[in-house]
Amino acid sequence: MLIRHKKASDVASHEITPESVYLNRRRFIQASGLAAGSIMMGAAPSEAAVLPAKGAKFADLKKGYSKLGKDDALTPFDGVTTYNNYYEFGTGKSDPAKTSGAFKPLPWKVKVDGLCAKPGTIDFDEFIKPHTIEERVYRMRCVEAWSMVIPWAGIPLAEIIKRFEPQSSAKYIQFETIVRPEEMPGQRSSYILPWPYIEGLRMDEAMNPLAILAVGLYDQPLLAQNGAPLRLVVPWKYGFKGVKSIVRISFTETEPKNTWRVMNADEYGFYANVNPKVDHPRWTQASERRLTGGFLEGRRATLMFNGYEEEVAHLYTGMDLAKFY
Amino acid sequence: MSDQSLPSSDAEAATSKPPFSWDRFLRRALKPVVFLLCLWPLTWLLVQVAIAFKGGSSALGANPIEFMIRYLGDWALRFLLIALAVTPLRIVTGWNIVARLRRMLGLFAFFYVCVHVMTYVGVDHTFDWAAIWADIVKRTYITVGMAALLMLTPLAITSTDKMIRRLGGARWRKLHMLVYPAAIAGVIHYFLMIKAGFQLPLIHAVILTVLFGIRLYKKRT
Repeated sequence: MLIRHKKASDVASHEITPESVYLNRRRFIQASGLAAGSIMMGAAPSEAAVLPAKGAKFADLKKGYSKLGKDDALTPFDGVTTYNNYYEFGTGKSDPAKTSGAFKPLPWKVKVDGLCAKPGTIDFDEFIKPHTIEERVYRMRCVEAWSMVIPWAGIPLAEIIKRFEPQSSAKYIQFETIVRPEEMPGQRSSYILPWPYIEGLRMDEAMNPLAILAVGLYDQPLLAQNGAPLRLVVPWKYGFKGVKSIVRISFTETEPKNTWRVMNADEYGFYANVNPKVDHPRWTQASERRLTGGFLEGRRATLMFNGYEEEVAHLYTGMDLAKFY
Repeated sequence: MSDQSLPSSDAEAATSKPPFSWDRFLRRALKPVVFLLCLWPLTWLLVQVAIAFKGGSSALGANPIEFMIRYLGDWALRFLLIALAVTPLRIVTGWNIVARLRRMLGLFAFFYVCVHVMTYVGVDHTFDWAAIWADIVKRTYITVGMAALLMLTPLAITSTDKMIRRLGGARWRKLHMLVYPAAIAGVIHYFLMIKAGFQLPLIHAVILTVLFGIRLYKKRT
């Protein structure tokens, strides 16, 4: 077979390109996107939507937090948008990209309820508008032992939470994915997962600066297969915590019953923090395969809290992470 | 592919030399045609690997190693079911000619199992035996899969005419009954590795049950 094994000492091509050069390249692309955007705006002076039109890019995206190791090359756009776990569109990795054509992410409304002073059902634009969308380049580690590096565009979750003024009794925040079987073929079968998909965070986790609600990736609005128009990104947790196409956010006193835990409590917990020392019955969590677009990518060691230990470890002091997995 | 071991009716046909016989054509062409068909899934995969290796857009997707292992596993299980379908097909249709394909199909099943496991061992784990052993011990679906491999190996080894003679028909048949638990293990292996949405393993389980059912029904009557 045509297998070429890379030596550990070999220099990968992505390590050759310095980050500054790469970032300049991105800025150049953004600048051209901005120019194209302004021309389009001239042609159609409709209401200023918070998201760029389909195919266009976010203008002047603020650079947010990005802390990557030297081996963290971005997963190509193609990989991020064709290899997805989004069972609402089917259980195969390539299903979401193929079967989500009928899904209409806009118009969209988000219902905010539960223990907060300002509940309500809010139109997507109104939901996003008060905030600055920023770029966050994060590693994403799936419980299935593969990982990606994705440049998200999103808003710190903490900023959004503050707007709704949760009460002190609100200990948790729960998210719910939309149910639209007519547009989401996977939802036509009730044997896959119980719909709607539910996920949640403890309030202090949700307020952590790393947690964002993403509206885009690679400078573009999210595609349906990535959870358009609004999804959660919590990079120190396994990917399944990143609930997609959010229609409801609830402040609760009790721990949300997240879908995978309901399905199989032995395998999936509430916290789902990336932890190489706590094995999953199906997959070793000690190592992962980074998807970089390369043909044969070797395994690499999985980092505690996916490498975000400094930012989040304090949330779990005194907790037995083998018990609260 | 020689016809020397065929029943005497062929010899008669050869001496009388009819201008063209569909029956004879079928007898001669069946095995080589099926042989080539059996190679098709692997050929397709190798073409995709070559495309991906050259950096082209292949069908392997963002996680080529996972794709290869699953694809080969799918075909291993399919070939196992196809090999196990030979006798029931003969029972139901009376097409005795298909019996000639049984050994070849069984060996192809074993071949795809081997490539599947070799991809897991050599490409996924790059021969990290400690990690592989940890997988076998800790992960039930891998334990069950490896058990299936262990059961199939002696069957492949004893598949030659020489081994059949050496073991004697009765003992050989007894040994080769291992294919039934191996197939069951293969289907369980498939069930256990899936997180949710069990339609595909269920379809395999139903097919296997039907195949077993036909054999048992025949045995009783």
